[in-house]
Amino acid sequence: MSLNLEDVTRIALLSRIELSGEEREATRDQLNGILGFIEQLQAVDTTGIEPMAHAVDVVQRLRPDVVTESDRRADFQAIAPETEAGLYLVPKVLE
Amino acid sequence: MSELINSSLRDLSRALAAKRVSAVELATLFLDRIEKLNPALNAFITTDREKTLAQAQSADATLKIGTGATALTGIPLAHKDIFCTRGWRTSCGSKMLENFVSPYDAHVVEKLAAAGMVTLGKLNMDEFAMGSSNETSHFGPVRNPWDVSRVPGGSSGGSAAAIAARLSPAATGTDTGGSIRQPAALCGLTGLKPTYGVVSRYGMIAFASSLDQAGPMAKSAEDCALLLSAMAGFDARDSTSLERAGEDYGRDLEKPLTGLRIGLPREFFDAGMDADVRAAVEAALAEYRKLGATTVDVELPNSGLSVPAYYVIAPAEASSNLSRFDGVRYGYRAPQYDDLAEMYSRSRAQGFGAEVKRRILIGTYVLSHGYYDAYYLKAQKIRRLIAADFVAAFRECDVIMGPTSPSVAFAFGAKSADPVQMYLSDIYTISTNLAGLPGMSLPCGSGSNSMPVGLQIIGNWFDEARMLNVAHKYQQVTDWHTRMPEGVK
Repeated sequence: MSLNLEDVTRIALLSRIELSGEEREATRDQLNGILGFIEQLQAVDTTGIEPMAHAVDVVQRLRPDVVTESDRRADFQAIAPETEAGLYLVPKVLE
Repeated sequence: MSELINSSLRDLSRALAAKRVSAVELATLFLDRIEKLNPALNAFITTDREKTLAQAQSADATLKIGTGATALTGIPLAHKDIFCTRGWRTSCGSKMLENFVSPYDAHVVEKLAAAGMVTLGKLNMDEFAMGSSNETSHFGPVRNPWDVSRVPGGSSGGSAAAIAARLSPAATGTDTGGSIRQPAALCGLTGLKPTYGVVSRYGMIAFASSLDQAGPMAKSAEDCALLLSAMAGFDARDSTSLERAGEDYGRDLEKPLTGLRIGLPREFFDAGMDADVRAAVEAALAEYRKLGATTVDVELPNSGLSVPAYYVIAPAEASSNLSRFDGVRYGYRAPQYDDLAEMYSRSRAQGFGAEVKRRILIGTYVLSHGYYDAYYLKAQKIRRLIAADFVAAFRECDVIMGPTSPSVAFAFGAKSADPVQMYLSDIYTISTNLAGLPGMSLPCGSGSNSMPVGLQIIGNWFDEARMLNVAHKYQQVTDWHTRMPEGVK
């Protein structure tokens, strides 16, 4: 199956990546090239095969419920694009 | 002094211990070389002489007292710019993180600093480790010291070029689909990707979390053994870090190879590799037979599916991991936007390069509603088939060998127009990441235009010490690993 411009627009929206009109066409062609390449997976019989999510079987570890981090808010906010009074600033989201 | 640029880590360690050279002198030697040779190679993104010399002074103080010094104290190395280094810019090769000065150290950085190693700087790489040629870096491509019209490989191309040009005795790298082994091969070095989970991923900027693994890059297997022994270890901050006892990965270096069974996957030798690569790999196998090893044909019938399966799984994980770059807490924010949605989509459009965006888009698509089963789940099932092939193959042999890369280093632009052609340059390395197995590359000859050729060794899970032994014995009877490009001598 191959993607059309509407599909590309939807995927770009889900990805939160702005694409211009021209970029959309080039992106469609490139994505279709890659999807064409991975299409060969469909021909493999995988009946009864368990999906493998990870290379090693790991279980989530539990740790004691104690504080392990120190307060480094100033350090972390020093690298933010915009902060004020210890808060991260973003455009208004509620009218 | 200048002869030290080609010394092994063991020899540097002896010279430091005997006070024949100080850590400050050693750091200065390499910093001066970086200043002179880096403009033509672009291997380093960031250097900071003051910070480096301060670390070297502290190493000298440790060496003077004697207590607390390790075999690595005072030896310089450089970090791939994917590792967070406190107080240093950590760009991951991206405009997105162009001004990101990390507030903390990666576990690997902490461990090597604790061992007394001195940081020379941060190394160029493909943006977010997505690439096989170093052409996707926001900071411009790295050039191969053996021929500056050719790529160094990727994504750890800066690491490879820096060591090949003797700008650093060693470097860290990361390998998601071949990013340590392929550049090691293309630049004539030794590099090892450990078993998944052996080295902590904490502070290593995530690309595809179920595949990413850090490892050492250096001139020889002996050097890699020293480095890996210091890098590996359990770390509770990485949920997939394995709780295993520490190992001396150099413990078996000198073991004779008599009786070693080398598996040769038919699929790796059937077709696809260039004639010069084949000749060098065959010559290396002949050397191994002289050392007492035997070769046996094995099969990895599903290995041909590894590249397409990887290009579902890796982008899927990347699309999720890279969602954190939203222009709010750190990283690039677009200068103009009307609302929050536009701020996100514009910051990401401007902050990420073309290959990174392509992979986020593919990953988002294969995980999206209605396509998850057909792509992502299917690829995960095939991943299990690929891993099962290795389990069967290792019943017949102790290690697997083959080429690392189908060709020697290619020219700039040769593959950058067609993403799929670029992806296929990792055809021999990707299956080990999918299975979580350790893999390494070591130089085994000289191909067309005198470019280096890499021999790949794939080991069973947790068999790094044996792989290093196998590589070391070969390096005892050959000198490919000690050769330097003409232009950097």
